[in-house]
Amino acid sequence: MINPVSKLISSIGATVLHFTPALGRISIYMYHSFLWFIRPPFRRKLFVDEMVFMGNKSLFIVSLTASFSGMVFAFQIYAGFTAFSVDSFVGPIVAIAVCKELAPVFCGLVVAGRCGAAMAAQIGTMKVTEQVDALEVMGVNSIQYLAVPKIFATVVTMPMLAAIYMVIANAGSYIVGTKVLGIDEVMYFAKLSDFMNFNMVLEGLIKAAVFGYLIAIVGTYQGFAVKGGAEGVGKGTNMAVVWGMILVLVVDFFLTALLSKLL
Amino acid sequence: MMENMNQEYTIEFNDVTKSFGEHTVLDHLDFKIHEGKITTLLGFSGAGKSTILKHILGIYHPTEGHIKVLGKELINMTDREIREFRTSFGMSFQYSALFDSMTNFGNVAFPLKEFTKLSDKEINEKVLDLMEQVGLEEHAHQKLPSEISGGMRKRVGLARALALEPKIMLYDEPTTGLDPITTHMVDNLIKTTHKRNAHIPMTTVIISHDINATLRISDYVAFLEKGRVVEHSSVEDFKKSKNPVIQKFLELSL
Repeated sequence: MINPVSKLISSIGATVLHFTPALGRISIYMYHSFLWFIRPPFRRKLFVDEMVFMGNKSLFIVSLTASFSGMVFAFQIYAGFTAFSVDSFVGPIVAIAVCKELAPVFCGLVVAGRCGAAMAAQIGTMKVTEQVDALEVMGVNSIQYLAVPKIFATVVTMPMLAAIYMVIANAGSYIVGTKVLGIDEVMYFAKLSDFMNFNMVLEGLIKAAVFGYLIAIVGTYQGFAVKGGAEGVGKGTNMAVVWGMILVLVVDFFLTALLSKLL
Repeated sequence: MMENMNQEYTIEFNDVTKSFGEHTVLDHLDFKIHEGKITTLLGFSGAGKSTILKHILGIYHPTEGHIKVLGKELINMTDREIREFRTSFGMSFQYSALFDSMTNFGNVAFPLKEFTKLSDKEINEKVLDLMEQVGLEEHAHQKLPSEISGGMRKRVGLARALALEPKIMLYDEPTTGLDPITTHMVDNLIKTTHKRNAHIPMTTVIISHDINATLRISDYVAFLEKGRVVEHSSVEDFKKSKNPVIQKFLELSL
């Protein structure tokens, strides 16, 4: 009979053995994608196309999520703060939470769901229909042609989406706070300027860029890792979304700890 | 003497072994492909035909032995050199492998945009010429690959492969899954493409199961069994082969 301690150690060992090669493969992939990013030719048109694609895919949902989360957050904070007669703090509390956390995390989750999935599906389909092989046989590096523009576009677009999120969510909070809940407009802005500073916005933008990089790396990597036919594409797409979202949430914790020391 | 040998053969496999773990796919393979001729690699599934193709393209490297393509040792090349070298190849895929986000015209123009400094006007003219060579009707030019038939896709794939005037043209199962009329059309297309590019001179390598098509269009046939070439001869000699496996293959296929 196997004792529970041995069983636990063996299951930890099995998990480590399962994840170590995958971690190695993705590290090599990250190295190659960086290498092909700095090597010419630089495909500006593909980069712009990817940015437009990401904007089209995400802007509406990001705007919708931003407006409602800003408004709901203002309501919730007001409910708690009004008991202590500090309702004028609604503005800065919402603004700090939105800029430092909600904007990058929500944008990350939306982009992982919409664009990370699309990246894995597109590259995965190209892989199973030999289109990736066709690129390679022609002498075109598939990572440089397919993945690098997506990764670069996501890193650039994510902070833009996060900035849009910040503006819309704060506008929603302002409307609910001052027009619906009756917080004094002058006090709202006075407290906002007392507590907010640019570093809080910068923290959100840096986080958004890092999340964008991770989502794109996972999305494109899962696309290239697709095996088999349609089922493989489905699995790859699913993995891209799941791992993209997990990474956003986990890395957010470590980035928060790091940036709180740096900024 | 060696110089002449190199010029006579475009592709040379010298004692090549390829293993994946404990599984040996190519077993001390020794054969040479004649320059300017059509050679078909024939054999059962799993005999190692596709692995040979990937070695020619430099996608795989041999576990043992040497491969020379166009007089160059692939094993000594850097990744960048291999990529540049691949512009000497044209490849027609089993299911055409056209880029589904581009029109048929865009697919043929793609290698010209990537690897040449031609102006848009020159690319336009070259693409129209290639489309005409493969007999692709004008109404299909601006359609997406998903909007045309399998036979038409083969033509587009071939036009794309020919865009850079390759020295070596590779066909992976060109007629698999096609009806007899389209199969005949593809066979003729391979033959006429080869003849039209005889000035390069173009070497054509076909991977196939289709014995009828092989005997109709090839100059040479290499028969593979368990990772070895058991017969490599002209079509006429191949038909007379005494090898019992080949006799069986011919008997069942014809």
